[in-house]
Amino acid sequence: MSFDTKRAVRLALVGVAAASLAACASRPKPQPAPTPAPTPPPAAPSTPYTPPPAPPVASGVLPGSVQDFVVNVGDRVYFDTDQYAVRADAQPVLAAQAQWLNRYPAVKIRIEGNADERGTREYNLALGARRASAVRDFLIAQGVSAARIETISYGKERPIDPGTTEEAWAKNRNAHTAITDGAR
Amino acid sequence: MRLKALVLMAAVLLGGAAFVTPAAAQIEVNINSGAVKPMPIAIPAFSGSPRGAEIAQVITGNLERSGLFQPLNVSAVSDKLQDVNVQPRFPEWQGTGAQALINGQVTVGADGGLRVDFRLWDVFSQQQLLGLQFSSTPDNWRRVAHKISDAVYERLTGEKGYFDTRVAFVAESGPKLNRIKRLAIMDQDGANPQYLTDGSYIVMTPRFSSTSQELTYMALRPTGSSIYLLNLETSRQETVGKFPGMVFAPRFSPDGGKVAFSVEKNGNSDIYLMDLRSRATTRITTDPAIDTSPSFSPDGTKIAFNSDRGGQAQLYVMNLDGSGVKRISFGGGRYTTPVWSPRGDFIAFTKQTGGEFHIGVMRPDGSDERLLTTSYLDEGPTWAPNGRVLMFFRESGGGGPKLWTVDITGRILRPAAYAGQASDPAWSPLLD
Repeated sequence: MSFDTKRAVRLALVGVAAASLAACASRPKPQPAPTPAPTPPPAAPSTPYTPPPAPPVASGVLPGSVQDFVVNVGDRVYFDTDQYAVRADAQPVLAAQAQWLNRYPAVKIRIEGNADERGTREYNLALGARRASAVRDFLIAQGVSAARIETISYGKERPIDPGTTEEAWAKNRNAHTAITDGAR
Repeated sequence: MRLKALVLMAAVLLGGAAFVTPAAAQIEVNINSGAVKPMPIAIPAFSGSPRGAEIAQVITGNLERSGLFQPLNVSAVSDKLQDVNVQPRFPEWQGTGAQALINGQVTVGADGGLRVDFRLWDVFSQQQLLGLQFSSTPDNWRRVAHKISDAVYERLTGEKGYFDTRVAFVAESGPKLNRIKRLAIMDQDGANPQYLTDGSYIVMTPRFSSTSQELTYMALRPTGSSIYLLNLETSRQETVGKFPGMVFAPRFSPDGGKVAFSVEKNGNSDIYLMDLRSRATTRITTDPAIDTSPSFSPDGTKIAFNSDRGGQAQLYVMNLDGSGVKRISFGGGRYTTPVWSPRGDFIAFTKQTGGEFHIGVMRPDGSDERLLTTSYLDEGPTWAPNGRVLMFFRESGGGGPKLWTVDITGRILRPAAYAGQASDPAWSPLLD
């Protein structure tokens, strides 16, 4: 897949991601951390993908694809105001990201740290960098090679919710794991 | 993008036996006590050329926006002041209520050069307070009007003017989730806006050099961030170099020889100093906290900066080698974006408290804190070169950002003369 095609796919997926975020946001507050290793999502087949024999045409998410990662794993975790500690509700998502990345070792990622608009520009760049770095450290601890990870901070430049409420700010305080290479 | 060469302008004191400059002005505006009422002033169209009306209009706009002057509509006055060397008929001008009168005359020379003679009068004492002549090329007429505005402002307030200046900023467009941000520059009064980048990548925080027509700013692309140094006269641009992590928050030293900025490594942001001649870079903070937004004192010996080493964002001052760190903000709330006044007497900042944002000023030792503004988001003050007026950007919840100005008393708060959406203003020093 060429870079441009991948990009188009990723763009097309933004709608899906946004919809699932909206669903997340309306859920009650996260529960305390499930202490030991969180349960991974249903494992995708590790063998190369082969279409099922019947029905003749089936559609589904291609394992190892960007869409697989976004839909079945989750590409964004959220932070508390002015904080960069990985939250309890973010840990299972990041553990699943690590597991997925360990399954597809050709994939490279860029972790993008984001902040809400309730902070000034330069401070938020620094805060976003801390968030990206916290996610990076988590993934490395779960066995993902540092060489596959780059980080960047967008500060408050890339909100995903245009609102001016606490709910919107909560969504905009996040770290986004973007796949930059190696997806199927 | 190349800027037109600036034409040297000569200011000549107008003499003339008819007008004796008095020893002291009879009228004055005290800008530090926050004069309650703006001074009524008459600025009729300058004679001699259709350009005269436009020049008077630019001066009117400048003085009006300062909040210290109230330009009057004087079109009904029968004294048309055709000759700048003939004394005004003062009783007529006294009837308008104006305390001061500016009259001027435009002459286009045989060589095509523009000459503007003007005089500033105390209407009641009938004394000339100023008489100056400016010469330039005709296309530079707006700058002549700005220089006249500066001369009048200085004569009547005792403070330097700030009208012959430019403002670099980030022009914004598009929806909130997909903002286009372009580096831009304009005259202080909103005229001559020009874009310096094409919007294909994010730009932020332009800062002027106080010694040359040079900007430093930060660009952010998915591949990383860069700090640029952009010469506005030659359009030459270079970066401060590659660093492993993010680079941001650049600002020039007062002598223009250094740039301070933040470098992020493994999530930790520290302040670095680069000598622009040798390109040697020194790390000057080593705290594991966020250290950013460096701003030099005007004597170049200290740096004010922002850090959350105390638990949340506060303002600190240190020596250039990173020694002698002292916290200067102690009020409730979070303090960011310290900017040292070019006069050295105040540090402006952004403060967050009670769910709102404020622009404020304090003394460099942290005393005399004053909040000047309040809104959903007020951010990023920049000083006019006289250190008495600040520009910043304001975002009302949901709306795009706009540029505003406020004086250091906080009483004169108004939109800047740029109608578009804009953020991160940076005020230039006075032009030559």
